[in-house]
Amino acid sequence: MAFASLHDFLAMGGHGLYVWLSYGLVVTGVLLLIGQTRAGQRRWLREQRRQLARQRARATVSGDPS
Amino acid sequence: MKWLRDLWAAFERTVSPRYFYELSGRWLPWFAWPAGALLAVGLVWGLAFAPPDYQQGNSYRIIFIHVPSASLAMTGYLLLAACALISLVWRVKTAEMVARAAAPVGALFCFFALATGSLWGKPTWGTYWVWDARLTSMLLLLFLYMGVIALQNAYEDAAQGAKAAAILALVGVVNLPVIKYSVQWWNTLHQGSTFRITERPTMPPEMYLPLLVMLLGFYCLFAALVIARSRHQILRRERRSQWVRAIIEATTDEAAGSAGRRA
Repeated sequence: MAFASLHDFLAMGGHGLYVWLSYGLVVTGVLLLIGQTRAGQRRWLREQRRQLARQRARATVSGDPS
Repeated sequence: MKWLRDLWAAFERTVSPRYFYELSGRWLPWFAWPAGALLAVGLVWGLAFAPPDYQQGNSYRIIFIHVPSASLAMTGYLLLAACALISLVWRVKTAEMVARAAAPVGALFCFFALATGSLWGKPTWGTYWVWDARLTSMLLLLFLYMGVIALQNAYEDAAQGAKAAAILALVGVVNLPVIKYSVQWWNTLHQGSTFRITERPTMPPEMYLPLLVMLLGFYCLFAALVIARSRHQILRRERRSQWVRAIIEATTDEAAGSAGRRA
């Protein structure tokens, strides 16, 4: 452990603002990108699934079983 | 020459979107899990256990995210350029999809490198920004990324956009050696490289080991993100084919995120 107390750890020898801002930015950015990647995939799959279901329903109504 | 033809056939099979989709689904957990573990270890090690620097005190701890981000920003661009070459010369569609998946990830890491560097510069150099060679060429890299992303999305026809973006990605590759050697070619505030392949690191092991862990963690994270996003791009571009329809229909509202992981 390079720090004697939690207070020292947060203060980072007076440079806490720069260190914690850097780490906060990178961690937030990575989490947002992971979230955006997953949410985008899910949304697109849902849309496509509904579209396929609609196409199938239309095909059944018009008497075309394929 | 038969073996050469066989090899080429094997390559073409591997990079066909469908086969690549299946294969990459198996690779994904091998990058995602190590990424999480390495980053968790590296963050704690770098922030709390690595000793302070004798000159910079604790502000140097930004190095543990700054160097991996900058390294990935450049590697990511190299990946874009490699994909560009493969898609332009050999017309491999999968390379276009990987490029489209990787560009925003690389751009984000480039932004991280600039932002964390700026936040490190203030306590160390007394300024957030200087227009010197290393910083300016890195800013240019961010603009190149943004240009590539803009072109990829500029056309109704995805193939046309991919081609335009590939040409820009290839032209922009001259910026990479400029970034790499800028600290040697010009006088700059920026410190020299911490790691060189041919020499011993310029830091003691208590500092470079956590940096190495973070570097590996960032690369695994990058690989996992690019693989996941490439798989999504493949489904989008191939949505009219039978095998993608089957994958779409096999998903449910809850399990949509793990689409095709079973397929």
